[in-house]
Amino acid sequence: MALLQISEPGQSPQPHQRKKSVGIDLGTTNSLVATVRSGIEAILPDEQGRDLLPSVVHYIPEGVSCVGYEAAEHNSTDPLNTLSSIKRLLGRGVDDIKTLGDTLPYEFTSDEGGMPRINTAYGVVSPIQVSAEILRKLAGRAELALGGMLDGAVITVPAYFDDAQRQATKDAATLAGIKVLRLLNEPTAAAIAYGLDTEVAEDESQQRLIAVYDLGGGTFDISILRLSKGVFEVLATGGDSALGGDDFDHAIANWLRIELAMGETLDVVEQRILLEAAKSAKQELSQKEQVEIEVLETALVLTREKMHELIDDLIEKTLKACKRSMRDAKIDVNSIDEVVLVGGSTRMPSVSEKVTELFGLKPKCSIDPDLVVAMGAAKQADVLVGNNTDGDMLLLDVIPLSLGIETMGGLTEKIIHRNTTIPVAKAQEFTTFKDGQTAMSIHVVQGDRELVSDCRSLARFELQGIPPMVAGGAKIQVSYQVDADGLLNVSARELSSGVESRIEVKPSYGLSDNEITQMLQDSFSHARDDMRLRGLREQQVEADRMLEDLRAAIEKDGQSLLDDSELQCLHLALDELQQLRENSEDHRQLAAQIETVGKTSEEFAARRMDASIKQALAGLSLDDALK
Amino acid sequence: MAITMTSAAESHVVRHLEHRDKGIGIRLGVRTTGCSGLSYVLEFVDKKSDEDVVFKCGDVQLIIDPKSLVYLDGTQLDYVKEGLNEGFEFKNPNVKDECGCGESFHI
Repeated sequence: MALLQISEPGQSPQPHQRKKSVGIDLGTTNSLVATVRSGIEAILPDEQGRDLLPSVVHYIPEGVSCVGYEAAEHNSTDPLNTLSSIKRLLGRGVDDIKTLGDTLPYEFTSDEGGMPRINTAYGVVSPIQVSAEILRKLAGRAELALGGMLDGAVITVPAYFDDAQRQATKDAATLAGIKVLRLLNEPTAAAIAYGLDTEVAEDESQQRLIAVYDLGGGTFDISILRLSKGVFEVLATGGDSALGGDDFDHAIANWLRIELAMGETLDVVEQRILLEAAKSAKQELSQKEQVEIEVLETALVLTREKMHELIDDLIEKTLKACKRSMRDAKIDVNSIDEVVLVGGSTRMPSVSEKVTELFGLKPKCSIDPDLVVAMGAAKQADVLVGNNTDGDMLLLDVIPLSLGIETMGGLTEKIIHRNTTIPVAKAQEFTTFKDGQTAMSIHVVQGDRELVSDCRSLARFELQGIPPMVAGGAKIQVSYQVDADGLLNVSARELSSGVESRIEVKPSYGLSDNEITQMLQDSFSHARDDMRLRGLREQQVEADRMLEDLRAAIEKDGQSLLDDSELQCLHLALDELQQLRENSEDHRQLAAQIETVGKTSEEFAARRMDASIKQALAGLSLDDALK
Repeated sequence: MAITMTSAAESHVVRHLEHRDKGIGIRLGVRTTGCSGLSYVLEFVDKKSDEDVVFKCGDVQLIIDPKSLVYLDGTQLDYVKEGLNEGFEFKNPNVKDECGCGESFHI
């Protein structure tokens, strides 16, 4: 029996149609997978009920022996084959890694392309392969929990990841057999988890500035986001790739060492004991004002105040990075509307107090800071896979107004409809209007009205070099492609000759929210007018075609094939059509006259056909004619 | 005619309704589709229609349209965990035959 979830009213899926999607937080130290169940985001734990999966993979000569907690146990016994913190290497070249200054204890080699490979007992593996193992483990967990294959996943990446690092993340997912719906910036995911994207859609304010303060175990990231029209934009990122909760532990452990009057150099066991004592004291101090630490048969008291003193420098460092990135983004600290806390270390009261002080507002921290990124990714995945079709959420990364092309008669043919999620690509075939036409002008427009004059013109370009053919003979494929950044690429290609022309435009450029709303309103209130006008324009184009064709035919064969009265009759019908074409506002009247002319000219068309066949057959024997 | 719900199902429905912050209950229903004829509907309800039949189950209103009720009479809604998977299950005594995965069924 398949297990069901509660759907929004009217959105119960068809049997076998509920899409299974997850959000994956692929972290440096720990990874998580989450999904949306009956409208609530939930982390998917493993069989032992553990939310986190340590991002650690252990290799043995036969291959991967284990991933996660089990793998982490091999850290001290088999460090060369126990790969952790691999995310730092993803998408980096060997040269980059040298400058990273990381003291990763692995044996590196490089392939022909200068990409790093790690020597393990199993052989040489790439950071992409290692990441794929982690993703595969998480996907396996999710498939068990959701009862079937995944339809897609949103994977989060740091906002500062460049193209190569993003591509490497995607490659790792592909290798793990996961369909990536989208890569999502970690700070954006956190903001989505708090629903900041939909709040804005409701109050219609133009934009909001969000600071996401992410202090994890080993890294600190600050991101300044701008949210406008439901789309997040990263204004600036900053941070320290070697500063995190682990450094707090070291600072406290160091204090313990001094209090215990131990020497500068400790052996590995002593070091571990002090670090573990420090860590648990730190965690307890999030709840209590002071803790008693029993370590190496000595009891010590650590107050929250004292700890604050010990780690103050470190927190100060993060605040400096915050100020720097706000300077980069050219914004004032007072203009920040929301602060979101991410990462386990933000649980410490001293951290959140300092952050509150800096920004002058209370940060969002109601969602577990370790889980918030995965939750946001799950929410986004649920929307992208099509389970949650509620309008508000869809405002994220959609096309606000339809994108179309001008066709004969000044009409818009919509190619990408509004509210389509991006990225998207659509193609449509068009043809030539006149015999021997060798060029076509492509006019790209934006809007939902039927007439080009009521839409906004985005770009014009020409496709030249179409081989001369009869009207309607050429096949011209026009493709519209909008990438994730909202860039529109239009290309036109004549299919038989392959001639091509293209242009790039930014569709939302220069249109304010109000203008977009106004254009949409117009398209609704003018719907009936627009329908009538479209009908009229279509008939006008048809009338023009008929007038042109028939006049050319009369010019050529009128005298020889028609008698005077027939000719006059046809002329009269054509004149009336011409007159209606110029003056009539009623498409039905025009259509009726087009039909009349068609009937009147039927006999003429038949005789022309006969005549041209006769001409073609003249002087041929029957055998030749049948060849 | 009666529709019931286990306490496990009830506590989950209550939690989901609270989280959603609106809605007067949940709708149980049946519609004709799927590889074996009929399939279940399980949705939040913001507004019920006049012809709907309501069953009270603790604090929760189970809302069912009369057409579906004939297929669902005697059904108990349960919440079950199967390994890592969890969700709602219709325990429907009227079912004669269902497709392999149980998402659609015959009466």
